[in-house]
Amino acid sequence: MSRISDRFAALKAARRPGLIPFVTAGDPLPEATVALMHALVEAGADLIELGVPFSDPMADGPVIQHANERALAKGIGLGQVLAWVAEFRTRDTQTPVVLMGYLNPVEIRGVERFATEAVAAGVDGVLLVDCPVEEIATAVPLRQAGLAQIFLAAPTTEAGRLDRICAEAQGFLYYVSFAGITGAGHLSTDAVRERVTALRARARTPVAVGFGVKDAATAATIAGFADAVVIGSALVDTLAGSADAAELVRRAQAFLAPIRAALDALPAGHAA
Amino acid sequence: MTTDFHTLPDTHGRFGAYGGVYVAETLMAPLAELTAAYERLRNDPDFIAEFDYDLKHYVGRPSPIYHAERLSRRVGGAQILLKREDLNHTGAHKINNTIGQALIARRMGKRRIIAETGAGQHGVASATVCARLGIPCVVYMGAVDVERQAINVYRMKLLGAQVNPVHSGSKTLKDALNEALRDWVTNVDDTFYMIGTVAGPHPYPQMVRDFNAVVGREARAQMLEQYGRLPHALVACVGGGSNAIGLFHAFLNDADVAIYGAEAAGDGIATGRHAASLAAGRPGVLHGNRTYVLCDDAGQIIETHSVSAGLDYPGVGPEHAYLKDCGRAQYLGITDEEALAAFHELARSEGILAALESSHAVAQGMKLARELPKDQLVLVNLSGRGDKDVHTIAAREGLSLI
Repeated sequence: MSRISDRFAALKAARRPGLIPFVTAGDPLPEATVALMHALVEAGADLIELGVPFSDPMADGPVIQHANERALAKGIGLGQVLAWVAEFRTRDTQTPVVLMGYLNPVEIRGVERFATEAVAAGVDGVLLVDCPVEEIATAVPLRQAGLAQIFLAAPTTEAGRLDRICAEAQGFLYYVSFAGITGAGHLSTDAVRERVTALRARARTPVAVGFGVKDAATAATIAGFADAVVIGSALVDTLAGSADAAELVRRAQAFLAPIRAALDALPAGHAA
Repeated sequence: MTTDFHTLPDTHGRFGAYGGVYVAETLMAPLAELTAAYERLRNDPDFIAEFDYDLKHYVGRPSPIYHAERLSRRVGGAQILLKREDLNHTGAHKINNTIGQALIARRMGKRRIIAETGAGQHGVASATVCARLGIPCVVYMGAVDVERQAINVYRMKLLGAQVNPVHSGSKTLKDALNEALRDWVTNVDDTFYMIGTVAGPHPYPQMVRDFNAVVGREARAQMLEQYGRLPHALVACVGGGSNAIGLFHAFLNDADVAIYGAEAAGDGIATGRHAASLAAGRPGVLHGNRTYVLCDDAGQIIETHSVSAGLDYPGVGPEHAYLKDCGRAQYLGITDEEALAAFHELARSEGILAALESSHAVAQGMKLARELPKDQLVLVNLSGRGDKDVHTIAAREGLSLI
């Protein structure tokens, strides 16, 4: 069993929805990235999604674009991100970590080399935004090394492709709640509920929902029908501009705590 | 066994190891919809007839092949022939593609068109066809390019398009493409994304090539008719590579015709300030396809430099990546200085102001001709006219116009 499936199994047993915060690695304070990861866990994160900075994040909205730009300006790249995960693992051997990013940095490092290094660092899964299931051959070394390949499913995904995505998905399936970029718009929770319910009936993996989840109320609504909720842009926006590690940690916990509380307040068996 | 280059790409949009569909999940459905529409229309006689009619009566095709006799004499080698895409309506080859994509957009029932642009030529060509079809047009353009291509920005506005400056990343063409993709992902239902070059995810590299391939088809027939033979060599400039593949495609299976692409070597490839993705880049993934890219060792796309905004792009069409690897075409760098010298030489010897992009091809053509005997023919794609560049050239030479 992997850390990801262990974690989702434990959540299911406890009838508890999962909370997955996303942060861009190295933003806003590179030296506090590992401290931030621990703080997220203390505030109730069940799994951490760590964004790997890229120069051309074409699926991301302005908040995460700017986080990428700030991190890149400080020289943060894939090698540094792997080193942070390894450092995180010296204190936390339980919380799954998924890297989310774009293909080119992985390709240039070498997919096989990256896969070996990521496993050694303690990475559990990889979500390559611009690698749809049709291009799965590109990522074969990731699977062979034992990393879970996380796929996206979107409102626009057609039934035939959804079957293939469900068949190939590892770890969990990430449902994109609306057609748009990260952090945008107002999502219609009714439409998401319908799609996610259908998806969960079909998928062999748990289903997490993200894009546009901004607050505790929306998170709680979604947690009523999904296995986990991902919160990215709103958190990244909250953390931006933190003066030092202490403030960063304080902001992260202040942001996440009410969301965790709202999820825990749901009646047990919410999404069973 | 010889390769039949006309069978590429495969159904997944692959040219050997290059091309493909590397986009976020939400775009897979609209790309599949576009691929299906294009597959249906490319063999539809009514569609082909309408495209051909527009190219003839609106664009002014066929464009002539002109023998640059005086330039050839001054160079003192092979005869230099120019395929005059600069004489098209809007002044460049870009209109061939936008005419085709606009017809597809209309048949797909799309109500809004978006485009990216670097120098503004594709933006102008997009705004032009949208004005004619009465479809709203939004053009994304890097804030840096908006600044340095003010005339084209105004042309787009005159044609009724909305120009959205892009302030993210390096604020140039690559960022305009990112922003257009973000718009598309947000408005997939009613919006058609009109990509201006042979890059992007499948089916764009194929579709944009097919619409520009009229250049090579015409040129091949014109060569046989006017000269009774094919040229010794073809030369075209390569940024994304649409005018180049447009000229090359009909000749790919003619093994005796040598093929040269001229990339922007900027201040010189050794300086690092250039945009020569094929000559100095490496295979990677950018903007939906696997191709040669200019990036650092961490995989971050780097800022490019060229005096010509239209060549200032860190990727290149995947078919060119394939042609480079299999050796069918050679890609060489032309510096800013060489391109400017060729611009002036062509202006003085033939009375033609070429676009700075096309001036790279002219420079490469002159280099090549110099090494060849007088009875050989070198066909250069003069992909656009240079009126848009006179301010840039004046500024480089320390002059201020008004």
